[in-house]
This record gives sequence, structure tokens and C-alpha cells, in this order.
Amino acid sequence: MTCKELEDNLRKIYKRQWIRTAACLSLFVVIIVVLGVLMMTLGNTNYSLKEVVQYLFSDETKGGAYTIKTLRLPKLIVGGLAGFAFGISGYTFQSLLRNPLASPDIIGVTAGSSAAAVFCILILGISGTAASVFAVVAGLVVTGLILLLSGKGKSFSSRMILIGIGFQAILNALISWMLLVGSEYDVATALRWLRGSLNSVQMSDVPVTLVVTVIASGLLFVCNRYLRMMQLGDEYAKALGVPLTATRVCCMVCALILSAVATAATGPIASVAFLSGPIAQRVLRNSSGTMVLSGLVGTILVYASELVSKNVFTTSYPVGVITGLLGAPYLLFLLLNLNKKGEKI
Amino acid sequence: MNLETNKKYKLIISLIFEVIFVIAGLFLSIAYGSKSIPLSDIAGYFLGSNDDAFQIAVISARIPRTVFGLLAGAALGVSGALMQSITRNPIADPSILGVNTGASLMVVIGIAYLGISSGIELIGLSFVGALLTAFFVYAIASVGYGGANSIKLALAGAAVSTALGALVNTIMLPDSQVMKEFRFWQVGSISGATWEDVRLLIPFFIIGIVFAVACSSALNALSLGDEMAVSLGVKVGQIRIVSAVAGVLLCAAVTALAGPIGFVGLMMPHIVRQLIGNDMRIIVPMSAIGGAGLLTFSDVLGRVLGRPGELEVGIITAIVGAPVFIWIVWKTKTRSI
Amino acid sequence: MSEIALSHDFYAEKISTGYEDRLILKDMNITIPAGKFSVLIGPNGCGKSTLLKSFARLLKPKNGDVVLDGKSIYELPTQLLAKHIGLLPQSPIVPAGITVADLVSRGRFPYQTLFGQLRKEDYEAIAIAMEAMGITDLADKSVDSLSGGQRQRVWIALVLAQDTDILLLDEPTTYLDIAYQVEILDCLAKLNEIKKTTIVAILHDINLSIRYADHIFAMKKGELIAEGNPKDIITPELMRTIYGMESTIITDPETGDPYVIPRSKVG
Repeated sequence: MTCKELEDNLRKIYKRQWIRTAACLSLFVVIIVVLGVLMMTLGNTNYSLKEVVQYLFSDETKGGAYTIKTLRLPKLIVGGLAGFAFGISGYTFQSLLRNPLASPDIIGVTAGSSAAAVFCILILGISGTAASVFAVVAGLVVTGLILLLSGKGKSFSSRMILIGIGFQAILNALISWMLLVGSEYDVATALRWLRGSLNSVQMSDVPVTLVVTVIASGLLFVCNRYLRMMQLGDEYAKALGVPLTATRVCCMVCALILSAVATAATGPIASVAFLSGPIAQRVLRNSSGTMVLSGLVGTILVYASELVSKNVFTTSYPVGVITGLLGAPYLLFLLLNLNKKGEKI
Repeated sequence: MNLETNKKYKLIISLIFEVIFVIAGLFLSIAYGSKSIPLSDIAGYFLGSNDDAFQIAVISARIPRTVFGLLAGAALGVSGALMQSITRNPIADPSILGVNTGASLMVVIGIAYLGISSGIELIGLSFVGALLTAFFVYAIASVGYGGANSIKLALAGAAVSTALGALVNTIMLPDSQVMKEFRFWQVGSISGATWEDVRLLIPFFIIGIVFAVACSSALNALSLGDEMAVSLGVKVGQIRIVSAVAGVLLCAAVTALAGPIGFVGLMMPHIVRQLIGNDMRIIVPMSAIGGAGLLTFSDVLGRVLGRPGELEVGIITAIVGAPVFIWIVWKTKTRSI
Repeated sequence: MSEIALSHDFYAEKISTGYEDRLILKDMNITIPAGKFSVLIGPNGCGKSTLLKSFARLLKPKNGDVVLDGKSIYELPTQLLAKHIGLLPQSPIVPAGITVADLVSRGRFPYQTLFGQLRKEDYEAIAIAMEAMGITDLADKSVDSLSGGQRQRVWIALVLAQDTDILLLDEPTTYLDIAYQVEILDCLAKLNEIKKTTIVAILHDINLSIRYADHIFAMKKGELIAEGNPKDIITPELMRTIYGMESTIITDPETGDPYVIPRSKVG
């Protein structure tokens, strides 16, 4: 083969990969739209798509319009955004720490936010915006502490994972204790919140969640090319001229903010952050669209689980319980599959 | 020769310290509470010279709790030593490995579906849950590259914990009665311990400790690696299973009766290893004594800090254990993480 | 892709390097011969990897400096430096599910703009690198599914695609079968011959080192014991000094190079 032919051949291959990425992204967007429509139409009362659209644009505030505009629409928007945020945040952590299990919900990052929120609800007796703000701040503080204690250098990632898990164990003990001393009436609220739920989201949550998600994920998309280099190992990335520390800090902060804000809006919807990245990686074979796709997968997971929890079971479980259950078999699959190939976890 | 003597001195000194620690814990645990009793009166009680009816009542109420605390602490200490030795991993602890969540799941199933609330049945259930989870977590962590190293073990434990936690919620959320009962169990506490609990714990305690002691020299060989152990004539598979069952049994019995109490099993074996070195024949008994002291002390601390009520011992051990855990992570060499 | 590699003046000046409080290299002076295939040899823990990492700017020396064409490499912009010096670390990580073509294309990172589109010269460089390593047919395969030898060739292709004048390789042949080792070293030798790329590699096998190296650096305990053409410097005395091992040196009937035969203390 001459050089020219080789080049053309390569071009074809890259083009094929690009088309695959684009096709997957579009497909997932279509799935989201379909699930979104289902979320708006199905429920205690089923509406037709036409009715939904009519209600959305009507000025009415009672009956069907109330259900659609005040109950279902915020769930759709906030749930979608939170899923997206969790997905991207999980992917970022997994890539940064080079470990498919190292998502924020497993290494104790979200536990900080949860503990703070439970503290607000059960001990201080406040909820709503104040609790959300407190949750975001606490999430950042806890992660800051974890990072600080993880030190620097070669074993940073390993230490961070281990210390994060240690923190999670402690925070869980504290949460259990708060549930014990809190008043019984509030415990139900706090517990639902602990697992992640869309039941209490409101239209007023939308602006903050939207703005933060857009800005933080935008920044992450910019960092993505560095992040992709860092997947090859720190030494490689550094030799290739990637600004390691800057990338790490930027990615970490953005991913943290994403997960903290999403946690504040919906509670820590279990396993979404953990599942999205690996699914997206598998679908796209780790090409450059993986980060966006992780976000889309996150949204799909939240929508689908919400639909299942509202329409399949007699008890209306919070969405996090369903996603948490999804996590178990996937975890097994992931571990066994990874291990089979003898890859380093 | 000199080294041997040196080690012996260290051992004796540590032993004396630990015994003092335990006795101090014992007295404080009886003395301290909403009504404090002078140490001289406690001594009087044991010597039969204290006639104050009120003091006698208070002391006899605190004794079962103290005894239970001592036994539970010892059981957890030994359990941690066994788990760390079998997994050859310094961070193995029921709270890190997700074993507690496994026990929780079975307990919540027992409460919700089987209508169980008696101690012995809960022990059985939580034992099954803990055992299954322990093996499951260890199995997924040990397949593939590098065996069950700390990271894989901790992550597998955390991930399994998340999944099982979701199951616990699935069962608990629809039923407020279950939730009410369960949340008391969810926090490790020995405040309500009675002689009945002590009676329930003792057989498991004895079995577990006997097996642990019996296995300890074989475990020493195992710490050199499986192949080495085999060539030294150790039945690796058998020893591993027996000591794992003993470890899980000890921790599950305590968990079933008192709820999940983390980090005692993590801390004690480490401290002992630091002091006297890596010999299971010493680590097992020393962790038992140290664990007993640590748990009673934490319990007293909970009573001091939580006034006028008290803080559950599970919270105290978690808070005390956190720095120790971080210290261990720091100390562990990079390659073995 | 440039046809012929630029010849650089690349040396370390009195560097002392180490981890935390332990110094591994002490006041070392070493000049990398331009356009040659150099090999670092020495016992485990003698500082070979540390030296290589210092040259790749992964470890900043506590004292002294690494200089490229009269400038400290710590003062050059990172992406510019990455166009001149490429490094293959000892154990790079394969991201899950990635394809060969995608992985190799990541070597073009120093040349890309913010959005990272591949341009004509990128395609060219990738194509040449993959052809040189004989992995063109694997382009669309997932790296996970490759054998160890193939994987190692993909990694080397990645560094080749980086199109640098200097190539630093930390044990590129470890864990490979002997046939693969020879194959990979042949590829590197060819690259050195055709493009005049300066190559510095750490190899474990002393005889393979002698066979492929134009220049050998023999190290022990953080110091340079000897350097030069293998024919001139490989002697039983040197083997004794650096490895503490008695040996007989014969002439390789195929190449005429020295061939080290370790002498056993038994029998």
C-alpha cells in the first residue's frame, strides 16, 4: 500500500467512527424524547400527547394543566438535567481516577451532600432552598477534605478512592444516627431524599440547575481533550504536554459542582453516575463523544427508572431505589467483564 | 536471641497496657452515666460491702451492658484481625467491605416479611447476610489482575453496599412500621444490652475465638502467599474458609445484637501490628483485649459527649476510627494499594 | 510528517533527582548522542527509569538541569517540547473499549487545536506510524482484544505518531516473547536508521542491548559507570562492576558484537 492509500484508508476508518458517534448520539436523543413524551403523558391520569401540548400552552392552572405544568414538567426538566449532570460527573471522575468504579456516588462525594441535607431536615428542621445550598456547600467541603487528605503524587488516585470510601462509611453512620434521633414524621422525607427522588422538585429549581449544569458541563467539554489524554496514564499525558494539575483541578471542581447541584435538586439518585460512563464507553468505544453520551445515558436512566417506578409497581418508589437496583447486576457484569480481560482496576 | 527478648518485653508491656485499658474501661463503664457512682463504691459492690440499694440497682443495670461491650469489642477485634489476614489487606473491615449492609438487608427482610424480632433468629439471618456478602465482595474483588488489592476490595464493598442499600430501601419504604423498627437497629448501640444478649453472644463468641486461635499459626504461613503456605504444609482452602467463617460469625453475631459497629475491627489489629509485629498468634488475643477496651471506652465516651442522653457507640467508633483509617491508607505502600 | 528528524543537542547537566527525601541520581552529567540508538543498562534500582523520566520532564531534578538546544526543558512550553521529545512509559493504561486507530491518533495531541480535529498531516503521521509498526490491519479493532505484542506495537505507534525527534522508551519489550522483542527492536532500529530519530531505551536483556545499541550507558547506584560503543565498553570487568557477576565475553558469530555469558558460581 502506498502512503496515499493508507491515508485514505485511515480517513475512512475515522469517518466511520465519527458517523458511529453521531448516529449513537442522535439515537440516544431520540430515546430521551420518546421517554420524555411518555413521562408527560403517563401517570395517575393518562393524557394524550395533544392534551399535554394544549395544557402546556394554556393559561389554566387547575386539573390537567396543574398535573402537566406543575407536577410533570418540573420532573421532566429537573430530572433530565440531574441525570445529565450525574452522568457527566460520573464519567469525569471515572476517567480522572481511571477506575470504572470510582464515581462520585461510590467514593463518598455525594454522601457529603446527603448528610448535610439530612442534617438540615432532621436536626435543624429546615428544608427547601436553604437545605440545597447547604448540601452543595457540604458536598464541596467533604470532597475538599478528601482531596486534601489524599496528598499528592503517584498514589493520589488510590488514596483518594480509599479515603473517600472511608468517609462514606463515617457519613453513613452519621446519617443513620440522625435518622434515629430525628422526629418520625421527618424521617420519611429525609429517607426519600437520601435515595434520590423527583417527587418534590418544583419549577423554581429549574433556573439554578439549568445554569450550573450548562456552565459546568461546558467547561468539562473543553477539558475533555486533556482528560482523554490522561486516560492513558499520568506519565504519558505529561510527556504529551497535558497540563496535569490544571486539568485535574478544573475537571474535579466542575464534576463536583455538577454532582452537588444535582444532588441538591433531586437527592443522590443512586448508581446513575456510576452506570452512565461505562455504558457510554461501551457504546462509543471510548471515542470523543463519550462524555456527552454519558450525560444522555444519565438522563435516559433517570427517565426510564421514573417511568418504571410510577407505572409498574403498586408502591411508588422514589426513582433512586430503581436505579440503585439497576446498579447491582451492572456492577457484577462490569467487574467480571473487566477482570476477565485481566485489566487493572 | 536479643531480638526475641526485645519482642517479649514489648509484648509484656503492651499486654499490661491493654489490660489496664480494659479494666479502666470496665470501671468507667459501670461508674459513668446519668448518675455517677464513685469508684470506691463500685469496688464495694464487688466486695459485697456496699449496702446502698439504689447504687446496687444502678450498678447491676450497667453490668450486662458492660459485659456485652467487652465481649462485642473482643469479637470485633478478632473478626477484623481474621479478615485482614485472610484478604492480606490492611483495610478489611466489616464497615468497609459492605458486610454490614448485607447483614442489614437480611435483618430488614426478617422484620418486614418473616415477622422476626427475637435475638437468635436475627443473629441467624444477619449471619447469613454477612457471610454471603463477605464472600461475594471478596469474590468479585479477587477475580482478575492483581488479586483482591485494597482498591478493588474497597470499591467492590462500596458498590455492593450501594446496591444492597437500595434493596433495603425497597423493602423498608412502603412500610412505616418496618422503618421504625429498623432505624433503631441501623445504628450500632449497646445501650440496651441485657443478660439475654450476653447469653446469646457467648456461644458464638467462644466458637469464633477458638477457631481464630486454632487457625492463627496457619494464617501466619498464609501471609507468605498461597503457594508458599501450601509448600509449608498448610491446607490453604480449608484454613481460609474456617477462619473466614469464624471472622464473619463473630462480626455477624455482634451486628445482629447491637447493630453495625464499624472500625473497631479495623483499628485494633493495626495498632497491635504496629506495636509487636505481624504474628497472628499474638495479634488475635491482643486484638481481642484491645477491642474490648476500645468498645467500652467508646461507649463511655458516648455517654459523656451525648449528655443528657447518650451518643450511640457506633457513631463514636466511626468518628474515632476515621483518622486511624486515613493513617492506614497513608502508611500502606503505594504498590500494595 | 518530517522526513528526517532534527538533530538536537540534548544533555543533562549535574542533575540530582529523587523521590521525596531519597536521592537516586547524584550530580549526573550525561549527553544523549543525536541520531543514535542508545540503551541504558544497569541493575534494578540503579536509576535508569529515573534518568529517563528526568529527560522526559516527568521528574524535576532537585539540582542541575536538562537542556535541549541550549534551553532548559522546564522553560520550554509543554506542547512544544512534546513535539520534540516522546516517551513510552513502562505501563501505560488502555482506556476501556478504545479502538487502535483512536488510540494511535491520541499521539497527535501536541499538534491539535482546542477542538481537536484531525488534519491532513495528522492522518499522514498516523498512517505512517501504523504502517511502521505493522498494525494497519488492526486499525478498527478494539485494543482490549489484542495480544500483548500487538498492544505494545500500538503503544509504540502512538509515540511514533507523535513524530518527535527524540524517543524515550522505558522497557518497551518487557513481558514480551523473545520473537516479539526482536520484532519491536527491529522496528525501532529501522526508524533510527531511516529517520535518524534519536532513541533512548531501557532494556533488560544485556545481549539484545548490545546488539541493537550504537551507544550504551552503563549505570550503577545512580552513577554513570561507563558509556560508549558496546564493542568498546562491554568487558567482564564492567559486568562485574555493575552487576557484581562474573562472565565470559565471546563474539557473537552472527554480528561480531560481544556476547555476555554469565558464569555460574556452581560447577
